[in-house]
Amino acid sequence: MKHIISLLMENEAGALSRVAGLFSARAYNIESLTVAPTEDATLSRMTIVTSGSDEVIEQIIKQLNKLVDVVKVLDLNDGRYIERELMLVKVKATGALREEMKRISDIFRGRIIDVADGSYTIELTGSGSKLDAFLEALDKTVILETVRTGASGIGRGDRILKV
Amino acid sequence: MDDSNQQKVGQISGAEIIMRCLQEENVKFVFGYPGGAVLHIYDALFKQNHFKHILVRHEQAAVHAADAFSRATGEVGVALVTSGPGATNAVTGIATAYMDSIPMVVISGQVPTAAIGMDAFQEVDMVGVTRPCVKHNFLIKDVRDIAITLKKAFYIAASGRPGPVVVDIPKDITAEFAEFDYPKTIEMRSYTPVVKGHSGQIKKAVKILLEAKRPMIYTGGGLVLGDASNELVKLARALGYPVTNTLMGLGGYPATDKQYLGMLGMHGTYEANNAMQDCDVLLAVGARFDDRVIGNPDHFLSVPRTIIHIDVDPSSISKRVKVDLPIVGHVQSVLAEMNEVLAAETIKPDAAALKTWWAKIDVWRAKKSASYDGSSSTIIKPQYVIEKLCEVTKGDAFVTSDVGQHQMWAAQYYKFDKPRRWINSGGLGTMGVGLPYAMGCQLAFPDAQVACVTGEGSIQMNIQELSTCKQFHLPIKVILLNNRYLGMVRQWQEFFYENRYSESYMDSLPDFVKLAESYGLIGMNIDKPGDVEGALQDAFAMKDKFVFMNFMTDQKENVFPMVPNGKGISEMILGSDTNANDAADEMEG
Repeated sequence: MKHIISLLMENEAGALSRVAGLFSARAYNIESLTVAPTEDATLSRMTIVTSGSDEVIEQIIKQLNKLVDVVKVLDLNDGRYIERELMLVKVKATGALREEMKRISDIFRGRIIDVADGSYTIELTGSGSKLDAFLEALDKTVILETVRTGASGIGRGDRILKV
Repeated sequence: MDDSNQQKVGQISGAEIIMRCLQEENVKFVFGYPGGAVLHIYDALFKQNHFKHILVRHEQAAVHAADAFSRATGEVGVALVTSGPGATNAVTGIATAYMDSIPMVVISGQVPTAAIGMDAFQEVDMVGVTRPCVKHNFLIKDVRDIAITLKKAFYIAASGRPGPVVVDIPKDITAEFAEFDYPKTIEMRSYTPVVKGHSGQIKKAVKILLEAKRPMIYTGGGLVLGDASNELVKLARALGYPVTNTLMGLGGYPATDKQYLGMLGMHGTYEANNAMQDCDVLLAVGARFDDRVIGNPDHFLSVPRTIIHIDVDPSSISKRVKVDLPIVGHVQSVLAEMNEVLAAETIKPDAAALKTWWAKIDVWRAKKSASYDGSSSTIIKPQYVIEKLCEVTKGDAFVTSDVGQHQMWAAQYYKFDKPRRWINSGGLGTMGVGLPYAMGCQLAFPDAQVACVTGEGSIQMNIQELSTCKQFHLPIKVILLNNRYLGMVRQWQEFFYENRYSESYMDSLPDFVKLAESYGLIGMNIDKPGDVEGALQDAFAMKDKFVFMNFMTDQKENVFPMVPNGKGISEMILGSDTNANDAADEMEG
């Protein structure tokens, strides 16, 4: 099952490689990983999307907690949460496609942020599955380039991950 | 950078700060080897007299010796190596300590800050290289960070589940100046190991233990590292339950005690392995259900039992085997609390059930699985050498071993009644540790009997350390069980590869007696069973001499019992099986 794991870690050189190294050394699956400093510059917030059996996820959480630089770990799937990912898609926009691409982008609440002679760049935010759905709605031949940030997650309401 | 390369009043150099930190940590020995990147450090070392530096002949041995010093004393071991090849030579030692959770601080020199990333001479990314085999590591970038970083390093190494910590220090940093201020204590928001176990869980554990009909206690290296032997003995005696130790846990419970069933695992006793499989309540303490101990986890879990697991590391719990009642905490603290709860308890263990259970265990014991055919008057059996070693040293020596058949025989036939006496590489299985391990033990306890049980394959992996032994007058006794084979490899090839002895024969061996003598040490050749005991007595009577004992042993001897790889813990081949080798073939088939 897919899990979204959030963690706070010391914002130190090499901290990211410890997490990435842990996943590769123990053969854990990693779908995406995002990381950036928080409002407290000494802390980085990381969101990891992974999948595995309950036992594997339990081990992942324990192993992450064991890393000396990791301050707190939260499995967002243990409660209610919001997941968002940003995607930039460059699509063909020539002839009839110019109108068609605009329409599909509007349906998915995307924004066209760059317009060129033969292409649009569409910005789209949402859950990973919404972004997947958008890509599926497009004909493969019109997609010129795709960039995704990987998911960021946050607990709903009182679920707060903070030091 | 500020003006930290100009010394001001009250300031000392980075190298001197390192010396002061080691002094503050009461370090007695630093095992190391000098080189370009650590020249400032070695210059500061030259001017101090708080600790002794042990110059090894290869960095791997420095780390092993520091590791053994820690295993024997419980203190943090310290090694010092230069950058590049010095650092990479240390890696096997670091990984060995990591697998066995040994607290250690390894200081490695690094090329000057400005040269990092330039592919400088003797540059290697030590923090990157060691990341998967350390508890934590640091690269120091400012002279003012040295003291706090070393404080953290010692604290992290020794607390929680212990482990090695690498501190990589660029050369320029050791020449700059700063004031020395060593923190008394340290707090890290990201690192807060649990000490005390959950009281509710502890009460539940005692209740489950008292309800057991076929109880079993299984303890590992964590019990030894956590110095909890006394608490375990108290608990086991109060309950009257059987106890087994893992390879790493030997000595955790006295081997000569009647409640002791011997070592368990791949080469464990018939009674220990069967009791593990058949018990209805299992108390696991500081052990991790690894593949060499439990064998196939599916086979182990095919029968129901309630498992209580005490460990300081939450990630050790339910990793290979799902447990019913986890208790995360320092084993000594948890066992002490269990003893208190038990003392206040009015319920007693089920005496009738226990009697039946012990009767069953005694039937398994009667198999005498740890025995061998000692009838030959011409060929020395390796097991016999270990038995005699145990007798001659009155079971009270520090015994280090390398890796292979001799390691298993030492574990099976030397009776360890005390913890921290059996020093071996259990997790990583590193050949070559035996001699440097013996150095670490002998330096820690200069008057103790230290025996290095080894094979002719393993000993040659760090044979250069004979020179170190000579330099520091270490009266180690090397017990070489020389069968002219990589014995364990040969045994597997015999059982599972139809006797195709691929590259397992040790040809062109040196004359070990002459080799020892060339270092000014004493060498002995022993090739008759009748000479074994006398030779051992002679060797150990030379209290201040290093003696290299070359025992020519049976080439065909195998280690039994044996659980073939991937089999269940109770699916053992015994030496008494009419044709053990066929039995092995069949099981593998």
